[in-house]
Amino acid sequence: MADEVVLLDFWPSMFGMRVRIALAEKGIKYEYKDEDLRNKSPLLLEMNPIHKKIPVLIHNGKPMCESLIIVQYIDEVWKDRCPLLPIDPYQRAHSRFWADFVDKKVTEVLLKMGTTKGEEKEAGKKEFFEIFMILEGELGDKPYFGGETFGFVDLSLIPYYSWFYAIETLGELNIEAECPKIVAWAKRCLQKETVAKTLPDQKKVYEYVEQMRKRFGNG
Amino acid sequence: MAGEVVLLDFWPSMFGMRVRIALAEKGIEYEYKEEDLRNKSPLLLEMNPIHKKIPVLIHNGKPVCESLIIVQYIDEVWKDKSPLLPTDPYQRAHARFWADFVDKKVYEVSRKVWATKGEEKEAGKKEFFEIFKILEGELGDKPYFGGETFGFVDLSLIPFYPWFYAIETFGEFNMEAEYPKIVAWAKRCLQVESVAKTLPDQKKVYEFVGQMRKRFGLE
Repeated sequence: MADEVVLLDFWPSMFGMRVRIALAEKGIKYEYKDEDLRNKSPLLLEMNPIHKKIPVLIHNGKPMCESLIIVQYIDEVWKDRCPLLPIDPYQRAHSRFWADFVDKKVTEVLLKMGTTKGEEKEAGKKEFFEIFMILEGELGDKPYFGGETFGFVDLSLIPYYSWFYAIETLGELNIEAECPKIVAWAKRCLQKETVAKTLPDQKKVYEYVEQMRKRFGNG
Repeated sequence: MAGEVVLLDFWPSMFGMRVRIALAEKGIEYEYKEEDLRNKSPLLLEMNPIHKKIPVLIHNGKPVCESLIIVQYIDEVWKDKSPLLPTDPYQRAHARFWADFVDKKVYEVSRKVWATKGEEKEAGKKEFFEIFKILEGELGDKPYFGGETFGFVDLSLIPFYPWFYAIETFGEFNMEAEYPKIVAWAKRCLQVESVAKTLPDQKKVYEFVGQMRKRFGLE
């Protein structure tokens, strides 16, 4: 039985990138559909009526939503190759915790930095570095968050790297100076073919963010 | 699998209740430690330095944090009895999606109803109604969200039941009148022994919420 896999996505979305990397890691062929988020397709609204968001993975007609839930699904269905989560339950809980930390903290602080100005923005920048300091602490001297190999936490965080140029330029900060370990880790991840071919170019993301800012009157 | 199990918790916490129900479902003996959230113990700060929140499960000295992550850990370690998540990957993704929905939506909106006033409260009530309509839709005619048996989604939502009396009293509406299916489902869950012996009394929670409101200057 051939699998039919469709991904509803939006090219600059970090959440979508997570799923794209997972699919690439497992070598799964799929149809990619780029959504116009200002004009969502009937398919997206049908497949994710609750949140109406991308990414949505449609596997043999059945939808899966929320990027980390989709990645775990992919890991469980295509379990014969490239495990994304560890086998040990404690390590799994540890991975889920850190992916959840990335989900809760990193997106929120980026939003704060991108949509505010003045004191609130400065507070956002301070928080950004606090969060990345914590992440550097968790990474420690390991090559990847997962240890010796690229894993669930690495996958959940690496998509933000494609946004670093935009963040640095618009936020007027230098991530490599403050968080050299994270940037070194990101470059290590980019040695992986699945990551390298998934992540969009940082300049392209910057142009997109600039357009969004103009539209919302921040540019 | 034996071992030393300690739970750092706070009796009215819905998140803590989830873990207590899971431990009861699996018949796991554990030491319960009540935290004073205004004076957190050194143990809590050591075991959850990132979020400094309860619940924290400490299994053989190793901490697991975030209630739904803890519940999945419990399900994976003590996998020989009372499975909490389905075995089929699609059903698992579905269960995780709805537990995540409860996590993202129900706590925040409940808080708006009991912890705010005026326009913010009215907006909170409207949102509360929308969210519970969605939950009733997902429940449908099934006895449990999990289908024929109590499962992960049921476990993630039922701890809000002890808070219903406080929410409807301070929110000035009637849960049973607005959401008969949800209330019927909750009463059905209370037939499950692990739920009945875990959930605190609604009046006790109401008194606690009353004290919190005084502290917020709402009484």
